Amino acid sequence: MLQLLIFHAVLAVIAPLIVHRFGRQAFLVAALAPASAFVYALWSTPAVLAGNGPQSVIPWVPALGLEIALRMDTLSWLMLLIVSGVGVGVFIYCSAYFSRDASGLSRFTGVLTGFAGSMVGLVLADDLMLLFIFWELTTVFSYVLIGHYFDRKTSRRAAMQAIMVTTAGGLTMLVGIVILGVMSPGGFRISALLADPPSGGLITAAAVCLFVGAASKSALIPTHFWLPGAMAAPTPVSAYLHAAAMVKAGVYLIARFTPIFSTLTVWTWLVIVLGGGTLLLGGYRALRQHDLKLVLAYGTVSQLGLIILITGLGTQAAALAGVTMILGHALFKAALFLTIGVIDAATGTRDLRRLSGLGRAMPTVAVTGALATASMIGFPPFLGYVAKEAALEGLVHDGVPGQPSWVAILVIALITCGSILTVAYGARFVWGAFATKTRQSVIPIPATTADGSPAVTSLVRSEDITHPTWTLKAPGLVLAVLGLVVGVMPSAVEKYLASYAATSSVGDPGHLTLWAGFGIPFWLTLTILGLGAGLFFARRTVESFQAAVPNAQDTERAYRRFMRGLDNLAADITAFTQRGSLPYYLSVILLFMVLTVGSALVFTQGDMVAIKLWDSPAQALAVLVIIPAVIMVSRARRRLKAIVLMGFAGYSVAALFLLHGAPDLALTQVLVETVSIVVMVLVLRRLPPYFSDRPLKTSRFARFALASVVGLIAMGLAVTIPNARIHESVTVDYPQEAYEFGGGKNVVNVALVDMRAWDTVGEITVLLVAATGVASLIFLSRRSGDIYRLNQSPEVIESQQVWSSGSVPGPAAHAAQESFSELVTTTGATQLRSGARFRKWIRAGQTLAPQRRSIIFEVVARLLFHSMIIFALFLLFSGHNAPGGGFAAGLVVGIALIVRYLAGGRYELGEAAPVNAGVLLGLGLFLSAGVGLLGIVLGGEVLQSVIIEFTVPILGDIKFISTLFFDIGVFLLVIGLVLDVLRSLGAEIDTHIDSLGEEGARR
Amino acid sequence: MIDTTPSLMLVIAVGAFFISGVYLVLERTLTRVLLGVILISNGVNLLLLISGGRAGGAPIVGVTPDEDMADPLAQFMILTAIVITFGLTAFILAMAYRSWQMLGHDEVQDDLEDRRIARLAARNAPTVEGSDTSDVTDISVDDEASAARDDIADGRTP
Repeated sequence: MLQLLIFHAVLAVIAPLIVHRFGRQAFLVAALAPASAFVYALWSTPAVLAGNGPQSVIPWVPALGLEIALRMDTLSWLMLLIVSGVGVGVFIYCSAYFSRDASGLSRFTGVLTGFAGSMVGLVLADDLMLLFIFWELTTVFSYVLIGHYFDRKTSRRAAMQAIMVTTAGGLTMLVGIVILGVMSPGGFRISALLADPPSGGLITAAAVCLFVGAASKSALIPTHFWLPGAMAAPTPVSAYLHAAAMVKAGVYLIARFTPIFSTLTVWTWLVIVLGGGTLLLGGYRALRQHDLKLVLAYGTVSQLGLIILITGLGTQAAALAGVTMILGHALFKAALFLTIGVIDAATGTRDLRRLSGLGRAMPTVAVTGALATASMIGFPPFLGYVAKEAALEGLVHDGVPGQPSWVAILVIALITCGSILTVAYGARFVWGAFATKTRQSVIPIPATTADGSPAVTSLVRSEDITHPTWTLKAPGLVLAVLGLVVGVMPSAVEKYLASYAATSSVGDPGHLTLWAGFGIPFWLTLTILGLGAGLFFARRTVESFQAAVPNAQDTERAYRRFMRGLDNLAADITAFTQRGSLPYYLSVILLFMVLTVGSALVFTQGDMVAIKLWDSPAQALAVLVIIPAVIMVSRARRRLKAIVLMGFAGYSVAALFLLHGAPDLALTQVLVETVSIVVMVLVLRRLPPYFSDRPLKTSRFARFALASVVGLIAMGLAVTIPNARIHESVTVDYPQEAYEFGGGKNVVNVALVDMRAWDTVGEITVLLVAATGVASLIFLSRRSGDIYRLNQSPEVIESQQVWSSGSVPGPAAHAAQESFSELVTTTGATQLRSGARFRKWIRAGQTLAPQRRSIIFEVVARLLFHSMIIFALFLLFSGHNAPGGGFAAGLVVGIALIVRYLAGGRYELGEAAPVNAGVLLGLGLFLSAGVGLLGIVLGGEVLQSVIIEFTVPILGDIKFISTLFFDIGVFLLVIGLVLDVLRSLGAEIDTHIDSLGEEGARR
Repeated sequence: MIDTTPSLMLVIAVGAFFISGVYLVLERTLTRVLLGVILISNGVNLLLLISGGRAGGAPIVGVTPDEDMADPLAQFMILTAIVITFGLTAFILAMAYRSWQMLGHDEVQDDLEDRRIARLAARNAPTVEGSDTSDVTDISVDDEASAARDDIADGRTP
């Protein structure tokens, strides 16, 4: 059975490809999916009849107890036959129905196949959770199919309405499912639940929840309105989903659980009130529709009410009549919808006020329609008649279980009235579709359509009617004829379906028969047919009456009011919470912190506030720098001043780290602080030198108050957290582990690259993202900027002197240039500009604007660069045993690059690091995370370090640790980050400035 | 268990960083917000350091006896935090520059979309024009559906 589902899924996925290849004929290929299910159901018939239908259980998510449990009993078998049989017909029909260039056919085919698959899964599922999943899948597929013409507002509205209503019901059902699954000793297994039903108040609640789900799916009142709206879907969808298959899911659920729930009074009354009400309402409203599809849609609503009313009662006879009716309804209603499609294709309209003379023009179609309608109105000897007779007979014989006899009379009266309406709208359908009209309709066709364009109001002329192919006509005809053929052999049907009815323990076994004698049912049937015909002949009066009575029902309007209200509420809440102001958001977050953490601190016990003055007196020195620095940072009005002061505070923190016994932290903090300051200055040279004006004083005061409270809480935390500690640190064994397993002495670095390596992978990923973010904010259209190399043509370099703007050409600049020339001469570096390499301190010096050059800086850069690289390598390789490591090493290289850049501009940077930053970033992440997989290869865990020791002559023992690669990865990634930042915030902003300068000069 | 009594000096430093940082973060200038974030992260790093317990020797085997080491747990958490703060700094700087490029300043403006929603909410107008549930028309969906037609083959072609 699982293979069936997989086959459906595969066909659904490749359907677009098939459509691409075969056009609309692809439906014939896709029809293989339901056909396979149909054949399988037929093949399983003997086994199902013998009571041992196929079943399979496959573990799915064992940790959650989820299983793919599938099982085919009589009810599932019947549903599978209906779903797949009608499916085959609809798929074949589709291959001729849509025009060759219809929009979205590939999507449609895939979704329809997917729907067929989920329907198969729904009826076969033996696990409540699995059932729910397929249930929701059908909802979603139905949404896509109703909204097939998504460019039409009608389709979108209808689809949205359908999914909102059915999903709300589905979620309610989920509550019921969870209750049942928890209460039932067999868990979520349906067969176990049915065999050993739990009881109690909660189970009653679960039953109601399940009924709500079924009612929303099967369009019972008050949720009935989505089904007529769903007629915005293409007609084959209406035939398949909204007549035969999906709406039957609700009926299926009722049929499945009635045997155990029918003893609950609330269940019986829900069935009677909602089923009976829907039966009457649908029939009444069908009588006033002019669109053939809507006549049938309301008819379907009515019939679904009838089927649930009968199926949900719970006696054996009613159960047998109910499932027979499910079969009968699927056959005739699908046939009728397909007929409408044929009419629509042949005439171009579905309005029964315009259709005339079709019976003569298309006799086959007319016969199909008439046969199907006869079954619908319960005309002997069709299947619909057999089912309804059995239902009435059962009610007369057994009554409604657990209820007084007047309830049975009420139900009989409901069925009779509903059936009268059914006869009337059935006749109206046949008359409207096929009769030759002579008189004007009571309600005239509106002269304009919904969008205001003039509508065609004339009758369809017989010469305009085209003749549809047999591919269109056959599926409906076969289904309609089946309704007759099956109807005339009731005992055979009874033989196959009796085992379902037997699952109910109430009442005597019912029977299906064509002639039950002159009992009450006989007279009721006569009454139904007679009064129904009378109602049809009085149709003009009925129409006038319905037109005069205002449409007082509408739950649809209530639904729309509700949705609108929800929309408004959402907007109000959004407007209240999303103020769009960053300070506001931050204040809310901070206030929340103050309230929660602060209130916890208030109740702190007194023994948690122990404190000592200092760990070492030197701490006081650092704090003495920090306090004035931060005060001045927050008061500073010049950007540069604020940044420099920030640096003071940052370096002091590094000192605190060092005093605390954290040399790695101190090293990293110093390096990061340095890089940060340079980068900030690079950006801030473009921003205005002063911050913009301060807001009002009151808000400053409020900000300061909030800041003080948050600061006090942070101090409170700083006192409380260490005192609250009651356990030894988790790191107590780290030193030993680091040495034994990680192969390193520096605990912090071994932890970073080995014990906590996953954290580090996450961290460097963040860095990569940040670097990419910076580059994308500056470069906008590319991943990264140009690498400025000296081998570009000299003219380009000459014409775009680096840092040339910002100095007005004039005497001062001239003087500067002269003095520079002098400097060049006196330092003996005259050849600098002539390109003699051996005399250059740095390679790209001549690309700078002359007034920007500093020979001292160039010399320093030249001397420092290589030493810094060596130092970085030392840090990298010694980091396992001494302070250092990938981060620090990468930052040192970054600073070396910064020095080169500051001394020689963007060309110098390009010469110093002629690689793309993205390459470094990617390579770094690959080395770190990718080499982590080596641990798996060598039989350990991801990122587990591998230590290989070997002896090389002369060099001695060499200890190789795989985490070195990890550290090298971090190293490269950090270099990439700094390079990316320099390229974007340095070099790219340079070009912005220089090009602006040129523009300024040209003006 | 190692001595965890906090040092007053560090506690004061935490407070100083938090107060000035929060004060700056609540500003509207992006550069100031950035400074605030950096200050707060310094404060948080110190907070982590304090929660690791007393000062000690560098956690390097062979240099410091195991029992004298400062807690390495706090240290590698802080190390991660420092580097990530740098990534964040670079990103906010790029944002500030971009904001300056586009608007001529680096002030954080109120979000226009949020203000629009607030205005719409005030007069109960639909938030999304033409959304499928927002309009209360008297035409029910089924009446509209009756006018919808499919992409049908006209029947003449076999």
